[in-house]
Amino acid sequence: MATVTMPQLGESVTEGTIVQWLKQPGEAVHIDDPLCEIETEKVTAELPSEYEGTMGEILVPQGDVAEVGAPLCEVVEAGATAGASHRAEPEREPEPEPAAAGLWRGGPMAIPPDEEDAPPATAPGRSGPALKANRPAAPVALSPAAPANGRNPEDRSRFYSPAVMRLAAEHGIELAAMAGTGIGGRVTRKDVEARIAAGPAPAAAVPPARRETAPAPQPAGMPVAARASSPAAGQGGRYEVTPLSATRRTIAENLRRSNLEAPQAWTMVEVDVTGLVRVRERERARFEREEGVPLTLLPYFTAAVCETLREFPMLNARWEGDELRRYHSLDIGLAVAAESGLVVPVIHDAGDLNIAGLARRIADLAERAHTRRLRVEDIEGGTFTVNNTGAFGSIASKPIVNPPQVGIVTMERAVKRAVVRDDDSIAVRWMMNVCLSFDHRALDGLEAGGFLAALKGRLEALA
Amino acid sequence: MAAMTVIEAVRSTLDEALAGDDRVFLMGEDVEAGGVFRATEGLAGKYPGRILDTPLAESSIIGLSIGAAHYGMRPVAEIQFADFIHAGFDQLCSEASRWSYRTRGDAWLPMVVRTPWGGGVHGGQHHSQSIEAYYGHMPGIKVVAPAFPADFRSLLRAAIADPNPVLFLEHKRIYRLVKQDVEGAPAETVIGRARVTRRGDDLTIFAYGLMLHESLAAADDLAASGIECTVVDLLTLNPLDRETILEAAKATGKVLIVHEDTLTGGLGGEIAAIIAEHAFEYLDAPIRRVAGPDIPPMPFHHAMESFFVPDRAKIAAAARELAAY
Repeated sequence: MATVTMPQLGESVTEGTIVQWLKQPGEAVHIDDPLCEIETEKVTAELPSEYEGTMGEILVPQGDVAEVGAPLCEVVEAGATAGASHRAEPEREPEPEPAAAGLWRGGPMAIPPDEEDAPPATAPGRSGPALKANRPAAPVALSPAAPANGRNPEDRSRFYSPAVMRLAAEHGIELAAMAGTGIGGRVTRKDVEARIAAGPAPAAAVPPARRETAPAPQPAGMPVAARASSPAAGQGGRYEVTPLSATRRTIAENLRRSNLEAPQAWTMVEVDVTGLVRVRERERARFEREEGVPLTLLPYFTAAVCETLREFPMLNARWEGDELRRYHSLDIGLAVAAESGLVVPVIHDAGDLNIAGLARRIADLAERAHTRRLRVEDIEGGTFTVNNTGAFGSIASKPIVNPPQVGIVTMERAVKRAVVRDDDSIAVRWMMNVCLSFDHRALDGLEAGGFLAALKGRLEALA
Repeated sequence: MAAMTVIEAVRSTLDEALAGDDRVFLMGEDVEAGGVFRATEGLAGKYPGRILDTPLAESSIIGLSIGAAHYGMRPVAEIQFADFIHAGFDQLCSEASRWSYRTRGDAWLPMVVRTPWGGGVHGGQHHSQSIEAYYGHMPGIKVVAPAFPADFRSLLRAAIADPNPVLFLEHKRIYRLVKQDVEGAPAETVIGRARVTRRGDDLTIFAYGLMLHESLAAADDLAASGIECTVVDLLTLNPLDRETILEAAKATGKVLIVHEDTLTGGLGGEIAAIIAEHAFEYLDAPIRRVAGPDIPPMPFHHAMESFFVPDRAKIAAAARELAAY
């Protein structure tokens, strides 16, 4: 029996309110399953389970406030920890063949539970709130990487040994996309070597988002892919062969497929964003103070794209297999030029977010894209893509549709221009080009043009 | 040449050394009569005056060796059981090890101290010890612990020829247990080199002496279930062959170190440290040690002795965990 306590959800937070219990006594509980929702003055977070088993007694009813460290509920563990099972069945538990007498009692490569993890019943006095409060903040939904990091002896799918990290770095393997055969799903050296030996871009390395579509015919002419990874000098040192990372290969394959399969048309509109620039300048200081993330034009642009997509749902679609599927949710991919290569994290349900929500989500995804901490679900299921090419200083670009999506829109750099206005006056205005590429199989210029015109209207209306 | 045992390998090599070099002589307790393990049997008759019985005084045996070696002889001393060598610890560690250093290289001590070590023969508290960690810690003394007859021959020759003090460890359990046709068998002729005796891709086992044989047996068992081990025979325990150790560790990234000596402060810790220090980026699992438990003596009772001494089953169990990691 394990007791779940109130985690420290941020510094100086001393208590939290149980907003809702998500598990009821008797329900099965898996590692990382949210047990309840906790609201504090700073955040609202789901409390993921550190245990596998069955939900036990709820000690703090819904709506009540509990101090940090206070017991919230109990979980009856399934494959109870070594300590617990020994306690329960001291005689029956067969001592595993002692690999070496005098050491290693914890089973296969057990991470010794630290004292805080010991079953509370053995030392009731020790599990009190005072002690518990000292432990590092329990993993909460806000930091998804934390729970796997050694605290949970079963799941090692995100634990990478030095050998694995070195090999992955040398060969550009994306470990997060790999399934491991080691203990607790750990990716082993041999897994990585097998992956390297298997050659470029097998299924495991392709982000799952791409996997949903019909498998692409294996490219006959991709000479780059066959190359091994070590840089080799060619023709007496006149050039060097650049090793291809898995990311690079995936990008190459997707873009090649896009150009090969999707007949793409391109169109562009000029947008007067003077009003938008002013809005942003006006809001910026307050926003950044209150929200803690930079305010750029991108969230405004994304919000406008979302509203316009509602109007033109045929662009919020994916060409999957032989079907054109229009999606109800607006899951907007955001092209991020990370150092490790282009990656398109997805703002799920972007249509439900306001400017602040979008700004936060964009900042979070971009940060994690750059630090290679995106999770699989972060790159899955985009229905339309926004590309902030203006970030490079570009004023016009021709994006390539990100298959199986059917449309991609760019936000070019806003620049000051002398503009002839409707009344024939000439004024200095902030102008921005917006470019759209679309899969002509899925839609025609009529819809595309309508979409761009509507988007332009929305952006220009902002003031 | 027919297959020979370890004891025959030792005896024949001593015989050849005595025949080939007048400066070589043997001394120790009961060596004239052949010694308790019969390592010097028949030599006293063949080389009169060069096989010397000594009192039961290990300090004197080693001290005499130091003096004789200093004056140009090539003494090969036998300590009847390694358990008793500690009476000569001061002679070995405070004198022999630093002789060359003290004389700024003017003097050398070409001496060999042979001794049967290790357990698994129901020798009880005073006839089962592993002593390599004490002396392996001491710079200036080479420590050699072969496992196969051919290596016993070549390395004993190398030890006698070496200008420095060499502690030559003969695991008593394998004296008659292990046979090998030494003609054409792989043999390491240089002190300070380890040998990869088996190649496998899943994990690397480091062992020496009796444990090398247990490790090879475990590797056979493991191969039957698809786990392939690299097995390294360390052969020389001081100085350790870092190059081979690192190469073999890097090859699999999973390291299992086996010794029957007790765990804490055993040689496994040093090997693990070398690997952690120089091959960190190649490690794919925590380094593991299978060793005797931290209990002062090896017990006499059969069941308790089995509990103490690592064997193929314990090694295989640890290896399976490591392979699965």
